[in-house]
Amino acid sequence: MAILNILTYPDVRLKNIAAPVTEFDDRLRIIIADLEETMRAGHGSVGIAAPQVGIFEQIVIIDVSAKPKIKQHGRLVLINPEITKWEGFKVGREGCMSVPDYTGNVIRAHSIQLVAQDEYGEQHEYEMDDYEARVVQHEVDHLDGMLFIDRLVSRRHDLFKRKVYK
Amino acid sequence: MSHWFMLTLVGKDQQGIVAQVTTALYEGKCNLGEASMLRLGGNFTMMLMVNCTLSIEALEQLLQPVITKLQLHLHLTPIEGQLHHHIEPEVRISVHGADRAGIVAQVTSVLAEAGLNILDLESDVGGSAKEPFYIMHIEGIATLGIKVLEDALQQLLTTQQPDLKVQLEPIEILVM
Ligand SMILES: [Zn+2]
Repeated sequence: MAILNILTYPDVRLKNIAAPVTEFDDRLRIIIADLEETMRAGHGSVGIAAPQVGIFEQIVIIDVSAKPKIKQHGRLVLINPEITKWEGFKVGREGCMSVPDYTGNVIRAHSIQLVAQDEYGEQHEYEMDDYEARVVQHEVDHLDGMLFIDRLVSRRHDLFKRKVYK
Repeated sequence: MSHWFMLTLVGKDQQGIVAQVTTALYEGKCNLGEASMLRLGGNFTMMLMVNCTLSIEALEQLLQPVITKLQLHLHLTPIEGQLHHHIEPEVRISVHGADRAGIVAQVTSVLAEAGLNILDLESDVGGSAKEPFYIMHIEGIATLGIKVLEDALQQLLTTQQPDLKVQLEPIEILVM
């Protein structure tokens, strides 16, 4: 296992489109292990996509289990993920290991449906909400050569839904 | 050796201020840092970090033609330029209510006492001249925790400002 070097913006390679994974072999599982170690080495990172380390294949790992009290699936390996349904929208603040020292507000679907394979090639369907759905949308963007800074809405724009007192 | 200045600029809003000021800076081999530029009550305001090897006098001279032409007020302050050290906000507070004297002072005093370190405050006056309302968004760090801020705001609402609408939401930043 190894912590891999993260490509950081404005590295143009982050715009590369990732190819689908076709071989579910040991090589894939080594990449997954390295990706996971790299993600866990990042400060509180809840997801990683292979293009962030210069591997342009459709491999994503997410894990929002550190966020307490939310609906989520724990650690997930998502190979060739495809979002099949989007519902609602929500503004949230995002940061990215590939975009150091900057965070911004991004509108994402509140709920998504997702089809993805696991590291053995088996297909799964997921329904996700809120933070977990946000992470997947952010990671799938990486596979398409997109960064959250391509989707920013103004920090000053008030689109937050807040707790109301009294 | 290069150093940083905070350039503060105010003038009647007109087209092309930003382009002309920044072009003059670029031609004088200045680099720009973080900036906040806003129209406030019909005035254009600019706060801009400028990095250059010029002395403060030389920088002022460089800008003089555009300042004179556009009738702007300029102020330059030598600063320590800190880039690449953003502090991320933990909480966002929104306040609105009928505009009356002292809202900002009261709210921010209560928040300061409850440990809020303000990173960003933006406020506006809306409504009509006869019935103005005040609206304010604050982002900051809750140095004593969010619960302390919530309690302080609740206290303010029940005792001093019952008509004020105050909303607080933690800002969760997802890094991925
Ligand atoms: Zn990212």
